[in-house]
Amino acid sequence: MESSFPILTSLVAVPVAGAVLVTLAARRRPEVVKLVGLLASLVTAALSIWLLGTFESGEAGFQFVSRHPWIEPWGISWHLGVDGISLLLVVLTGILFPLAILGADPHHDTKAYLAWLLLLEAGMMGSFLSLDLFLFFIFFEIVLVPMYFLIGGWGYEGRVPAATKFFLFTMLGSAFMLVGIVATALLARDSVGRLTFDLVELAEQAEFATSTGRWLFFAFAIAFAVKIPLFPLHTWLPDAHTQAPTAGSVILAGVMLKLGTYGLIRFGLYLFPEAAVWARPLFLTLGVIGIIYGAVVATMQRDLKRLVAYSSIAHLGFIVLGTFAITSQAVSGGVMQMINHGLSTGALFLLVGWIYERRHTRQISELAGLQQVAPIFAAGFMIVMLSSIGVPGLNGFVGEYLILIGSFLTARWWTVVATAGVILAALYLLWAYQRVFHGEPDEENRHFPELRPREGAVLAVFIGLIVFSGVYPKPILDRIEPSVDAIIAHVEERTDFVVPEPDQLVVEEEDEGG
Amino acid sequence: MIGQDLPDFAGPPVGWFALSPLLVLVGGAVVLLVVGALTPRWPKGGYAFAAALTSGAAAALAMVQWDDITDRGPVTLVAGALAFDTFSMFVTIVICVAVLLVSLVTDDYLRRESYDGPEVYAMYLIVAAGGVVMGAANDLIVLFLGLETLSLGLYVLAASHRRRAESRESGIKYFVLGGFSSAFFLYGIALVYGATGSTNISEMVTALQATVRLDGDDALVLAGVAMLLVGLGFKVAAAPFHVWTPDVYQGAPSPVTAFMASAGKVAAFAAMTRVLVVALPFYRDDWRPAIWVLAVVSLVVGSTIAVVQTDVKRMLAYSSINHVGFILVGIEAAGHSAGETDGGPGVPSVLVYLMAYAVLVIGSFAVVTVVARTGDGATDLDAFRGLGRARPALTVALTIFLVAQAGVPFTSGFIAKFGVIQAAADERSYALAIIAMVTSVIAAFLYLRIMAAAWMSDDDADDDREPVQVPFSTGLAVGAAAAFTLLVGVLPGWLLDAADVTGQFAR
Repeated sequence: MESSFPILTSLVAVPVAGAVLVTLAARRRPEVVKLVGLLASLVTAALSIWLLGTFESGEAGFQFVSRHPWIEPWGISWHLGVDGISLLLVVLTGILFPLAILGADPHHDTKAYLAWLLLLEAGMMGSFLSLDLFLFFIFFEIVLVPMYFLIGGWGYEGRVPAATKFFLFTMLGSAFMLVGIVATALLARDSVGRLTFDLVELAEQAEFATSTGRWLFFAFAIAFAVKIPLFPLHTWLPDAHTQAPTAGSVILAGVMLKLGTYGLIRFGLYLFPEAAVWARPLFLTLGVIGIIYGAVVATMQRDLKRLVAYSSIAHLGFIVLGTFAITSQAVSGGVMQMINHGLSTGALFLLVGWIYERRHTRQISELAGLQQVAPIFAAGFMIVMLSSIGVPGLNGFVGEYLILIGSFLTARWWTVVATAGVILAALYLLWAYQRVFHGEPDEENRHFPELRPREGAVLAVFIGLIVFSGVYPKPILDRIEPSVDAIIAHVEERTDFVVPEPDQLVVEEEDEGG
Repeated sequence: MIGQDLPDFAGPPVGWFALSPLLVLVGGAVVLLVVGALTPRWPKGGYAFAAALTSGAAAALAMVQWDDITDRGPVTLVAGALAFDTFSMFVTIVICVAVLLVSLVTDDYLRRESYDGPEVYAMYLIVAAGGVVMGAANDLIVLFLGLETLSLGLYVLAASHRRRAESRESGIKYFVLGGFSSAFFLYGIALVYGATGSTNISEMVTALQATVRLDGDDALVLAGVAMLLVGLGFKVAAAPFHVWTPDVYQGAPSPVTAFMASAGKVAAFAAMTRVLVVALPFYRDDWRPAIWVLAVVSLVVGSTIAVVQTDVKRMLAYSSINHVGFILVGIEAAGHSAGETDGGPGVPSVLVYLMAYAVLVIGSFAVVTVVARTGDGATDLDAFRGLGRARPALTVALTIFLVAQAGVPFTSGFIAKFGVIQAAADERSYALAIIAMVTSVIAAFLYLRIMAAAWMSDDDADDDREPVQVPFSTGLAVGAAAAFTLLVGVLPGWLLDAADVTGQFAR
């Protein structure tokens, strides 16, 4: 689809412009600073929603493509495009940032805080939209800087070590990816005919020897595995999440972790199908370990924010399971789950942040009986929590269910184990809810303030999206599925991997029965 | 050829115009010294302005000649003593830019430390002339002359803050070790001369081309190559020949450290390229593994030891050793196709790295200079605490330099690192590329420590320290360096194009 307005470039440029304006705004007028920051994020959100509206559903290819040569000696272009897989992540990014800005206050240095947040948004948008390996890498890497400063500048007691750990872990992963990207482009030079970092050209035309492709795949995969984070590379995440300011956690969990799972689909399955199919058992196993491990460790947490952080590891494990099951339902479910996790965990981090604002503690043992003093707050928490558990009727169910039925066809025993994770999720979240909200409030918890109007407005948006996509996910899936099917067809075409048809399975079983 | 248009006289034909950048630098130094000594104290900033103007003029002349070379091809000058090619012009421009930026920083520094005068600037220009000769030398003896001019100037500069014991100590240390390494280098020249019968690079290459040396017959050349490598290793500060670097960098006056780390390193790497890639391509399979080892050791030692330092100048000294490792990755890549008509991506990647790094390191040390406060002593990490609140603009610039050194995108440091990694991957040196990238992550920890001290410390620096002052010309240099860092990060095409044509050496 041709579009004269460079919408995708604007999605990157508007937050950058917003960050510049915020920096230039007068320090003595904090309300102006806040307004400019919020407006920039709202304009980006509006653009992303407009993108959602004009996106042609049912089309598999990239839309709104914008392509300009950038660093010509190296064959690098400013190549942006959006398809069903990235579309909703872009919209999620667009929506989460204004909500995070509205929902949490930095308490000091608002200017710098908003500028970093907006730069982070630009980096996230760029990562999801890039169709050039080099361009993707620079956005993927640049998001570390704003996040480092957000955690280190506005976080809690142990923020500097946490921020440093986050930066170094992720950078270590990217170090391998950078070499992988360079090697991919150089090795593909002969089969493509020129030096290029263009994702589509490389995926369609490049031919690698089997072992080369596998090495390259792992160079990429390690960067994504750190970002997701996949067990055993997850150790940076609990610290980063716990120490980050509320908005930082919302963005980190809501969109930033998705860079890893998105990368696995876009630069794993699509670019190196043979290696991805070959590495399936490893990733399925690590994904399932993540589901169980994350859930078990979450159950043991005394700190509410750490609990939510570990629950992210479990949820992201489901996405990895779905991605490497390589069936239409499973991968679509994985993409859906990325959105769901962004909404529900983003909202959970906001709620935990509000609890901290009121009580200055995140320890579960110091909280009790909040339901009696703040019933609306408790109800909001309940809905978000149920969505995170995956209760039918809310969004979490749709994604997990699709992943599980899709994965059962090609990764049966992994799926069987993973299903236990659904139950564990109910265990740790319900138990935490019970301890925090039920019972009799003690003296300190008796004056827990009720949900404020501004907080309520932010939470209402989250709950609205949670309920809508839980009850009526069809429009979302309609946009995801064609692109997912195209990638699966691409994998099938290039490997001997065959996706079994669900119908055939049923027929076979009937035959056996008869 | 340019030199042949001139009227005959006894000596070899001299391409006066082609030599003009060099002549301007030397002339500027002499004028500054003589006129500066004979006239009363110049008005504020006069000496620095003269030095900056001279180096700017030399850089402009080098740019004018760039087109001459790309149009007419590379030639040699003064009877084959100097090479007139794009490589030497690139090196000239980088060194002149370094002199220009460092002069701006030095101006404020000298007045703060109250020993303003023309000598330091004259030394800068002399050192720059030596560096230009090293980058353009087509004869090992000429190269040695350039090297000694550069080194002697730097020894003096290191000791130039006469009232500080650390500065004098640093000068002595540098002098002793530098003299030692020059001896190695000279001995290497002698051995290679013994094997080839000439110190002229063109004649050496011809001699090596004409005689096929069979096994065991080339011990003389190999010993010479080893000696040359030791000497060059000292000059570029590659581990394990790096031990002088931290002490000298820490003790020398901060602007001089900036100058050593930029112009000094650029000239040393230019000399290394001349000696290894241009003069000894026939022995590339012998020196390349040595460079590989030097690169790995520099990368690992530089990054890991940097992490445990508490003094910012020492941190940056060790991080410079890590950067040396990165540049050696580029030299190693150049070693795969040294001597071939298509020089490969190695040499251009080295030049881009040198350009980016020179500006970065000057910017970083310029910030250190102002933070060090009067007496040039406050360079520990604590001196940076609370800088983000006291001097936000300066700290933003420092942050840009540090993230660029860590190789974060949209900065020149990323483009530089990407270039050498690409060159290494192009020659299938994947192991080296991965080691380099992993050590850059270790080194990133050190940059994060400085940034965390500047931005994220709760308490301010000790109250008894004087507030950090950012004088105008230092601010100008820092701003220009930061702007350049971001410009190259976003629009690197012009620099890459320029570096791309440097593979053709005059010989």
